[in-house]
Amino acid sequence: MKRGLRNEGGLIAAVLADPARAHDLDAAGWSMLIGQARNADMLGQLHFRLASGGALGCAPQAARRHLDLAWELSCRHRDAVRWEVFHIATALRKLDLPVVLLKGAAYCLGALPAAEGRVFNDVDIMVPHAALTAVEYALLDAGWIPQVANDYDQRYYRRWMHEIPPLEHKSRGTVLDVHHTIVPPTSGVVPDAGELLRRALPIEGEGWQELAGFRVLAPEDMILHSAAHLFFNEFHKGLRDLFDLHRLLEHFGCRDDFWALLRGRAEETGLSQPLADAVVHCERVFRTPLPEAERARARASLPEGVVGAMRGWMLRRALLPDHPSCSTTDVSLARWMAFVRSHWLRMPPGLLAIHLLHKAVRAKE
Amino acid sequence: MPCGPFVVRIRTCSEGIADGLHRLYRDFPLIPEGDFVDFEVEVRAPGLLRSVVRPQVGFYCEGRAPFKPLPRHQAFPMLEWGLNWVISTHAHDHLVLHAAVLERGGRALLLSADPGSGKSTLCAGLVHSGWRLLSDELALVELATGRVRPVARPISLKNESIEVVRALGGDVELGTVCPDTTKGAVAHMRPPVDSVVRRHEPALPAWLVFPRFVRGGQLDLQSVGKAQAFMEMVRHAFNYGFLGGSAFDALAGLLDRTTIMRASYGDLGQIVPAIDRLTAADGR
Repeated sequence: MKRGLRNEGGLIAAVLADPARAHDLDAAGWSMLIGQARNADMLGQLHFRLASGGALGCAPQAARRHLDLAWELSCRHRDAVRWEVFHIATALRKLDLPVVLLKGAAYCLGALPAAEGRVFNDVDIMVPHAALTAVEYALLDAGWIPQVANDYDQRYYRRWMHEIPPLEHKSRGTVLDVHHTIVPPTSGVVPDAGELLRRALPIEGEGWQELAGFRVLAPEDMILHSAAHLFFNEFHKGLRDLFDLHRLLEHFGCRDDFWALLRGRAEETGLSQPLADAVVHCERVFRTPLPEAERARARASLPEGVVGAMRGWMLRRALLPDHPSCSTTDVSLARWMAFVRSHWLRMPPGLLAIHLLHKAVRAKE
Repeated sequence: MPCGPFVVRIRTCSEGIADGLHRLYRDFPLIPEGDFVDFEVEVRAPGLLRSVVRPQVGFYCEGRAPFKPLPRHQAFPMLEWGLNWVISTHAHDHLVLHAAVLERGGRALLLSADPGSGKSTLCAGLVHSGWRLLSDELALVELATGRVRPVARPISLKNESIEVVRALGGDVELGTVCPDTTKGAVAHMRPPVDSVVRRHEPALPAWLVFPRFVRGGQLDLQSVGKAQAFMEMVRHAFNYGFLGGSAFDALAGLLDRTTIMRASYGDLGQIVPAIDRLTAADGR
């Protein structure tokens, strides 16, 4: 019974990997598929995948309605992200800086397949560390206000994190994260942010003068950022982030020198471990096409023995959609472990202790 | 169970909910096991501790809780609020407005107002005088056709309006009164059988009324300009920003085909006949 449940838990992943699986679903199966996709924030991606796999027509009308609405929403989101980036560009224009779009906004403005069907919760940008204050003031001038009012959180972000506290636009309500690098410096992994900026590529084909200084990370760095973001965090939108990685690897992976370059950059930035995790789990869940040598290398570089087995056990469960059909006791335990692990990876023990103490005292108030 | 434009499966071990469903949803069909279900909802204790110490219940949609838990005796109102949330946050093939909807002679009347204006009480009064109930809380305007799709769920009544509606007469059936909610005492009125049976029959709007109950007040009807009504209805729309341009078109279409009035009154006996006269005159 438990095994059966777990297989159902992966229904959304199974259909995304192989849309033909949708032909075998009965009405109850479709209910579960739509529910899992909704909770994973992936209804739009599911629509795209079913359509491209020729399986959209087999969806019952009631399920189709949710898929079509999500697809329309994702199209509106794309326009909204462009519009938002236009406003950010206008606000930062006078600073004449390189500004790098990260994650969803980069997939969207970079016209990458990972943007298809995706919805966006916020816009992430990265600017040179030295320009952080100027950027923040320019954004405050243009109507963004800090979301975090609490002094401890303000200090926590500014002193320890790779981004300043999130900003919200006072009239549009949109959220903007301003980063100065791609991983929290407290994690002990410190990629050269200057090199990330130097390697970034201009955005092509948008035709907006305002976007002249705007870039996206080089493909390898984009993948490493996405992998670090997923595997250093608590897997809140784990399956969605893994699918992003799958689409990026699928898209860039067919270039000749891509894999060698990717591995080289992973070593330089200290992100070989999250990359190996990304490769192994993309292949396991979505059957991402990989060169044989890369698959072997990624598997060999993961921890072995009891530690390796525990990691695998935890990650397989933490990457399930957050839906009652997958919420068995072992999955809840794995999620809790992943939450603890994400904090452990992001901070040294002393800082972690202080941080948790603060949060605990505040929760009581 | 059908729930407006969706099918929901409700799980609960709360007796308050079982009782409420039996009394207020008795005319609703059960959807056969194995059919497509849009949303699985559950009302249960948020944790082991809260099932024993100062017991609480939470509303869960597909395992997630959109609201904070409430004391256990408020389980049924919580289910009703939860189902409203399910519809208003997912029925994006409609412009979703905060309004009561009634129908007579194939034409729909929308009542839109801020909470506490007596919208639901007036809605119950009109149902009692023969209007068909489409919805007490949510007007679902089809984007393509402009018709309003029925929701046909119980009417939510608060505080003094509970006794006002109970006094209307024998065909009114109310559920258990739930005291001390954040909105005061709450009770729900069972939707008439006819409304439930005809829950797939939409209607084209013909009238939009902004009602306002004034204690001891006299009846006062005034017509409202379209631009002013537009701005007011944007405020009462749940997904106006979400839908963008198509919401603008749907709302403009709605205002173009309706007679728009502002109505203040001090008693159901004044306003119900006045609305009957207004709509009968227009219908001729």
